[in-house]
Amino acid sequence: MIDNIVAVAATAAAHLITGVRGRWQGCAPEPRPRIYFANHASHGDFILIRTALPPALRQGTRPVAAADYWLTSAARRYIAVNAFNAVLIDRNAITRTVDPVEPMTRALDEGASLILFPEGTRNTGGQRLLPFKRGIYYLAQRRPDVELVPVWIDNLNRVMPKGEFVPVPLLCTVTFGAPLHLEEGEHKARFCERARAALLALAPEHEEETQPAKEAVP
Amino acid sequence: MMVSATWLWLIGGILAVLATASLIGYALARRQRGRPSATIANLNSRIKAWWVMVILIAIAFALGKVGVLVLFAFCSFAALREFITLTPTRRGDHIALATAFFIVLPLQYLLIGGNWYGLYSIFIPVYVFLGMPIIAALRGDTTEFISRIAEVQWGLMVSVFCVSHAPALLTLQIPGFEGRNAMLIVFLIIVVQASDVLQYVWGKLAGRHKIAPSLSPSKTIEGFVGGVASATALGAALWWITPFAWWQAGLMALVVNLMGFCGGLVMSAIKRDRGVKDWGQMIEGHGGMLDRLDSVIFAAPIFFHLTRFWWAV
Repeated sequence: MIDNIVAVAATAAAHLITGVRGRWQGCAPEPRPRIYFANHASHGDFILIRTALPPALRQGTRPVAAADYWLTSAARRYIAVNAFNAVLIDRNAITRTVDPVEPMTRALDEGASLILFPEGTRNTGGQRLLPFKRGIYYLAQRRPDVELVPVWIDNLNRVMPKGEFVPVPLLCTVTFGAPLHLEEGEHKARFCERARAALLALAPEHEEETQPAKEAVP
Repeated sequence: MMVSATWLWLIGGILAVLATASLIGYALARRQRGRPSATIANLNSRIKAWWVMVILIAIAFALGKVGVLVLFAFCSFAALREFITLTPTRRGDHIALATAFFIVLPLQYLLIGGNWYGLYSIFIPVYVFLGMPIIAALRGDTTEFISRIAEVQWGLMVSVFCVSHAPALLTLQIPGFEGRNAMLIVFLIIVVQASDVLQYVWGKLAGRHKIAPSLSPSKTIEGFVGGVASATALGAALWWITPFAWWQAGLMALVVNLMGFCGGLVMSAIKRDRGVKDWGQMIEGHGGMLDRLDSVIFAAPIFFHLTRFWWAV
């Protein structure tokens, strides 16, 4: 009950601050397991995607989140585990005991959709999109029937840049592209590059804040 | 007794206009077989949005002064959000922007609620104008400094300062008009919005010569003259809800219409510069909040000050 209230409040706050609307460009919202993979610039990313989904699909859509970040304090754990039912994965390849693809596959089999950030971490640099981690390939390999939907989140990095604590209300868009599947015999790197290109293709063309300043005339 | 009768006539009139518009829209949509026209679809979603807007405004007015202040504060919030979204800002502006949204905006409306004319009429143009660059300068980012500051400042002027002059009409003390100030806001909104709609209608029916083709291809001399003339006549005909004589109401409406038209032009120029057609997509068929408010923005402060100067004590 309270968990639900937290989730609904987060959705309402996301609406109020970003006025977000889902733009379904390459597919329509459908109630079946899907993997939404998106660019990752802020901790609010999964909340924004969830908010952009039709209300009926929100409950069954679970974010995939890093255990090393979301389990480090009681508040974070509450948000990730209780409020949003996140699929927590261990990012540390050396110490982990469970293959991170395992819990994701299980969630899909239980009928959930996933929100996945294949860059593996928040992108705070000048590049629009970091290279993808291979997890998305292994997941596509395990469940080849599940649609992978590229999702571009625009402007949220301006709402709450890294290191700031107060969000600035700005309009954000969440664009859902055309689903893709792993092709037969497709190589790991090739698939990741193709998925990354599909995601980048959704990004609107606009000036980046990171553009170098105009040079002063000597 | 008098007051509530006026309200009943007003509400009845507005409902009749909307119902007629809906019927016409429905008939137009039915008549077109096979080839659905985008214009008619847009017309119908606009009419539908008008229903929603009128109902929301009615609820706010029914809640009294606080309701009206909250309504316009929310409009300012949505407008400022659209303005800043289309403005190039940098990391160094973050605190200044958060201040604009969470301190300047509520404070402006609180000052109006508290009827502190001496402060709310200079708060943004003087104090915030000087304060914003100080906050931004403390962050040390000098790139494009003057244009960044100017843009945030202007966003606050149009979205917060100007819009807030509509609810500020509630604070005027007009002898013989006590308890009916909300009618002034209704007058302003009806005249400005009717002018927009009538300019659109006249433009569609008789538009030949474009006024500013590079700015707004749909604005024509015929639409402008017909729209302003008929909205001015409407304003004069609404004298009974205002403290004005019928010819004064007409003159007020004329000023409001001309300012509204210019507001539309200026806000179009900004959109052109930013390479967008609409400020946002908040209101179905209309675009964003600023697309709907652009004419109110320029009309409200002028209407407020004219009324204050000649009628208020």
